[in-house]
Amino acid sequence: MDKTINQKAWFLVLPVFLVVAFSAILPLMTVVNYSMQDTFGNNQFFWNGVGWFKELLDPSTDLGGRFLASLARNLFFSAVILAIEVPLGILVALSMPREGWTVAACLVILALPLLIPWNVVGTIWQIFGRPDIGLLGYTLNGLGFNYNYVSNEFDAWATVIVMDVWHWTSLVALLCYAGLKSIPDAYYQAAQIDGASRWAVFKAIQLPKMNRVLLIAVLLRFMDSFMIYTEPFVVTGGGPGNSTTFVSIELVKIALGQFDLGKAAALSLVYNLIILIVCWVFYTVMTNAGADRPAKQGVA
Amino acid sequence: MARIDLVDLAHSYGGNDAPPESFALKPVTMTWRQGGAYALLGPSGCGKTTLLNLISGIVAPSRGKILFDGTDITPRSTQKRNIAQVFQFPVIYDTMTVGQNLAFPLKNRGVSKAEIAARVAEIARLLDLTPHLNRKATRLTADAKQKISLGRGLVRSDVAAVLFDEPLTVIDPELKWQLRSKLKALHRDLDLTMIYVTHDQTEALTFADTVVVMHDGRVVQSGTPAELFEKPAHTFVGYFIGSPGMNIVPAEVKGRQARIDGHVIALDRGYDALPAGARIEIGVRPEFVDVEQPAPGLLSANIERIDDLGRIRFAHVRVGDAKFAARVPPGFSTNSNVAGLRFDASHVHVYADSRLVEGAA
Repeated sequence: MDKTINQKAWFLVLPVFLVVAFSAILPLMTVVNYSMQDTFGNNQFFWNGVGWFKELLDPSTDLGGRFLASLARNLFFSAVILAIEVPLGILVALSMPREGWTVAACLVILALPLLIPWNVVGTIWQIFGRPDIGLLGYTLNGLGFNYNYVSNEFDAWATVIVMDVWHWTSLVALLCYAGLKSIPDAYYQAAQIDGASRWAVFKAIQLPKMNRVLLIAVLLRFMDSFMIYTEPFVVTGGGPGNSTTFVSIELVKIALGQFDLGKAAALSLVYNLIILIVCWVFYTVMTNAGADRPAKQGVA
Repeated sequence: MARIDLVDLAHSYGGNDAPPESFALKPVTMTWRQGGAYALLGPSGCGKTTLLNLISGIVAPSRGKILFDGTDITPRSTQKRNIAQVFQFPVIYDTMTVGQNLAFPLKNRGVSKAEIAARVAEIARLLDLTPHLNRKATRLTADAKQKISLGRGLVRSDVAAVLFDEPLTVIDPELKWQLRSKLKALHRDLDLTMIYVTHDQTEALTFADTVVVMHDGRVVQSGTPAELFEKPAHTFVGYFIGSPGMNIVPAEVKGRQARIDGHVIALDRGYDALPAGARIEIGVRPEFVDVEQPAPGLLSANIERIDDLGRIRFAHVRVGDAKFAARVPPGFSTNSNVAGLRFDASHVHVYADSRLVEGAA
């Protein structure tokens, strides 16, 4: 069939193109522009080429040191929360009821933390963890633990991680629950007939059937934790010292605190690039995981 | 391997307090002998899958007991019943190879490695799955997947029974025929009790040596294919089995005569003691009614249509308000639409309220 060729159709794309240009392309190109220049104020700019990028990736410079350290913290943070939230989310989903009014109740309760705005979550935990007026901080100290997220690095990390787990495990659980619900009853019946243990049912049926939603859950949680800003900023402000300063917090410090537009622009571009690469890797893994590769031998 | 007895077994999805008429399975008492090939035949919603799930333990009965070799196993879980079941749609374990899928029921029961290997090899050979043993099961066609499901059902040699719940629904017609013959052969080789649920009479009649016909939650007849054909115990069996189904016509029956619309049909047996007030019908299969040229002594009928099925022709005729299907003998032809019907008296049955009445010789 011949396709009708109508170049006028391009005009239909024009409004979207203008909106995107205005909201995304122009600001992005401005950032690219900044990343190649240096300024001492007065709106005067000097060409710096790839200087900022070189500095950014060189740990011996101040900028590079700060960036790479915060990147390492951020990756460690993402790894820890994924290692907790994914198994925990699966466990929660598995223990949820499969029918009856309790399903709705569980879903609502699980959804609650997801509905709370980030800075409110931060504030809740900031107060909750305070040794003087916070229930958690007060109780822990009362029990003899010397818990203080303001002065102790480990406590600060623990607070930020527990806060994220509290806030986001629900998301993993809900996604897994959706995956579990889509398994036909015949699978469980067949497994019963085959004498499979609870563990075997999980390994042979539930986990394989959940792997697609799990990939989505991991992707979402990785992205979100990799760009985390508000909650740690509200709770610890990146401290004590720099111990909970993640990449986004560092970026804001450089861009708005020091007003080093060139450095900040270079950092944000690299940050963006990392996210794009991770997205691409996930996308490739996901599309290949489900696809049936052509069989090597003929099918009967 | 076991004899299975059902004692007053009944089930309602609405709970035990539901009205008896709403039960998905009305109380049934019957015996399935060891090594038999049974088919549970009936239309959708007649309770056949419910009965199957009760035997396998997926569903717990509202009432009654199930005995395996005399032992009451009603409270036992599916795992402990030693039953194999194959479902309508293929169930395969995605992450495993074909061989691992087949080995799964044995592995779960702690069978030794050597024995697993031997059984898997045998079943794979019987189902022509040997070339695929090391392939991932997800990559196969629906046919092959269902063969794996069948294989998992058959792989255990010690099962009390293998239950099939319309297992060939997803299979191509040609392969269906092959697989059915294969199952039949497997039944002979493996000496297993097999219960096969289907709504397809051809499937039931070719697979089973005993066909159990269900209707509206009841077992209406259980017998060999020949018995079901020649002597349906219930009008439902009459028209559900056979194509076209049995002619069931309201009639007045007295002694050795049935009267339809004023015409008399002779009966082989005497029916003097018919229940009063019951709805009386006669049933005769089209195969036992011949269309002939009108003649005295034959029931006169109007021919409405003749269907040529290739090896046999059936005429659709009308006698008064009653419609019949009747066999058209080879070589018969007519220009008029009037014909005489000759009944084979030994195959005319009398039904009172849909149930067969045995006449006196």
